[in-house]
Amino acid sequence: MLKKVTLAALLLSLGVGTSHAQTEIQWWHSMGGALGDWVNDLAKDFNASQKDYKIVPTFKGSYDESMAAAIAAFRAGNAPHILQVFEVGTATMMASKGAVVPVTEVMKLGGVKFDPAAYVPAVAGYYTATVGPYSGQMLSFPFNSSTTVFHYNKDAFKAAGLDPSKPPSTWPEVALAAAKLKASGHKCPFTTSWVSWTQLESFSAWHNVEFATKNNGFGGLDTRLAFNTPLHVRHIENLANMAKQGLFVYKGRGNAADAAFVSGECAMMTGSSGLYANVKKSAKFAFGIAPLPYYPDVPGAPQNTVIGGASLWVMAGKKPPEYKGVAQFFAYLSRPEVASESHKRTGYLPVTKAAYELTDKSGFYKDNPGTDVAVTQMIRKTTDKSRGVRLGNFVQVRTIIDEEFEGVWAGKRTAKEGIDAAIKRGNEQLERFQKANGK
Amino acid sequence: MSTEKRVQLRARVLPWLLLAPQMAVIGVFFFWPAGQALLQSLQQQDAFGTSTEWVGLANFRQLLADPSYLESFRITAVFALLVAGLGLALALLLAVMADRVVRGAGVYQTLLVWPYAVAPAIAGVLWLFMFAPSIGVLSYALERLGVAWNPLLDSGDATTLIVLAAVWKQLSYNFLFFLAGLQAIPRSLIEAAAIDGARPWRRFWTIVFPLLSPTSFFLLVINIVYAFFDTFGIVDAATRGGPGKDTAVLVYKVYYDGFKAMDLGGSAAQSVVLMGVVIALTVVQFRYVERRVQYG
Repeated sequence: MLKKVTLAALLLSLGVGTSHAQTEIQWWHSMGGALGDWVNDLAKDFNASQKDYKIVPTFKGSYDESMAAAIAAFRAGNAPHILQVFEVGTATMMASKGAVVPVTEVMKLGGVKFDPAAYVPAVAGYYTATVGPYSGQMLSFPFNSSTTVFHYNKDAFKAAGLDPSKPPSTWPEVALAAAKLKASGHKCPFTTSWVSWTQLESFSAWHNVEFATKNNGFGGLDTRLAFNTPLHVRHIENLANMAKQGLFVYKGRGNAADAAFVSGECAMMTGSSGLYANVKKSAKFAFGIAPLPYYPDVPGAPQNTVIGGASLWVMAGKKPPEYKGVAQFFAYLSRPEVASESHKRTGYLPVTKAAYELTDKSGFYKDNPGTDVAVTQMIRKTTDKSRGVRLGNFVQVRTIIDEEFEGVWAGKRTAKEGIDAAIKRGNEQLERFQKANGK
Repeated sequence: MSTEKRVQLRARVLPWLLLAPQMAVIGVFFFWPAGQALLQSLQQQDAFGTSTEWVGLANFRQLLADPSYLESFRITAVFALLVAGLGLALALLLAVMADRVVRGAGVYQTLLVWPYAVAPAIAGVLWLFMFAPSIGVLSYALERLGVAWNPLLDSGDATTLIVLAAVWKQLSYNFLFFLAGLQAIPRSLIEAAAIDGARPWRRFWTIVFPLLSPTSFFLLVINIVYAFFDTFGIVDAATRGGPGKDTAVLVYKVYYDGFKAMDLGGSAAQSVVLMGVVIALTVVQFRYVERRVQYG
């Protein structure tokens, strides 16, 4: 009797298994904390919306860790289908012909109608090839695009006698606010995540000056770093002075400063708009988001800020039905209601114009002041100097900038010395990339 | 040497058979990767390995032309000396103390061996937490004492942090060997010296320490190799080589260039250089330091 029951159960389970001949699609990502919940929900909702494909999201550590893991997996012949790659990895991915399939190609394989013009231009433009065999094609799928914004702690502002509804909009005002915060006993008035991204790359675009020549790398591999203008030197000097007075507190490389803001230790910070989800979930104070500060005497400022975050790349060497599933998933992610929901939940930019309009119509921006900051900063018409920064060996260039600037924050060298050293070493990396990929 | 017993194995196959598992392990986990590193150091590859170009010694030339790479040698030498020196001295001290404990020796010894089971990256994070400016327990205490502590911007502080973490991580291993070495020393020798009127300090330096020299020498070699090769996890978690490049030891740069920057050729060239350095150091240690070692 028992045997029969188990046999029946076995047959039944086999039957269930075969009737759902699902194609599994592996998706490696780097979204931790509240953002990890978001990614899992996206996969769950997509899986529930149809029954042919199953998206399996896997957290693979930080952006560089998941990229290293995917590269090792690709070399061993078992890469994931979809890989989330941060924006600084873009040039590396674009140069890796044969390892990736352009997203336009994937959509064609999947028989999904794909209109790059539906995407927010500043976002789509960044992931579109400008040179090489794929020129004009969108290579990766814009997933979580962020930009640099100014986060501040409204409670700390109140305690320091500052108006919480009037965040500083210029750098001189930031210094003044920081001084007041310090006078009120605040130990960390201002800090920043991603020094290169916020204080040089976005800073340059915001003031419509070049960060690197050849339109910040969009015009070819012979691009070289150019952030040694008087404006750049003035800004870094300004930050160094703030550091000396204890108004700017350096909290480390990458996004190390994020935690110092969320915990309430630092009152103001420049960082990613994608921090919104985590601040909303964990911060025990009233917070505000404001546009990136600028120098009011610079003509043309503020222009627009540059993109950050990551996009989804599709790896080569998979079976056609799997690509079909990937295309379906991307189409799902671009649906206005899905994209709008993602934008509202995370603070990342809406990836399509329709998603932006839908969010606007829903009244979300009115109900959640500050959430539109990133969008309005990005949705402006870009110039050649402000479209974004796309450099080879960008990971190394950013580390070099961190390394050279740490001496500046410590007061061991001047801003000019730090900038010159960073440019010299950074350019070696650019030359190297040009040599390796310029054929 | 004269008392050595020679065991003769009759068959010729048996010794090789007994050696085979170990040889296989060494082959797969040492010779194969080392060979791969040698090959890759002469190549330039894109990140995904879809195109490979032979570039001869270009990767090495580039390394030698980089002043920060040469500086990294100095940093590594200081780091290795501190880690090996402090690690051995502290472990010896602890072992001597633990050897004397009469009651609860097992508990002490277990606790002292514990850190060895901790992964390097976790050791790095652990110490980072304790010493993190503003949130660390120990940096809070230091601040209370009026000591300015900021490993993010002060290279002395950063070096202290990674040395402490690296020493702590290796302490158990050293301790274990020293303790075993101490317990192998015949009591009668020490008692005889005591009867002759030698004080503890003198007994230690003239009897215990020389008899421990094979252990100390073995540990010296192991610790140098450890400091050179096995510390990138600690550095990555605690300082990321900063401030500037002041804690970027050689092996950290290997790790960074290979796994963060995806420059496998450059990274492989560095591991080849590093391999050369460690081989040279080990030879030197065996030729010059081992002469002073007295095997029982």
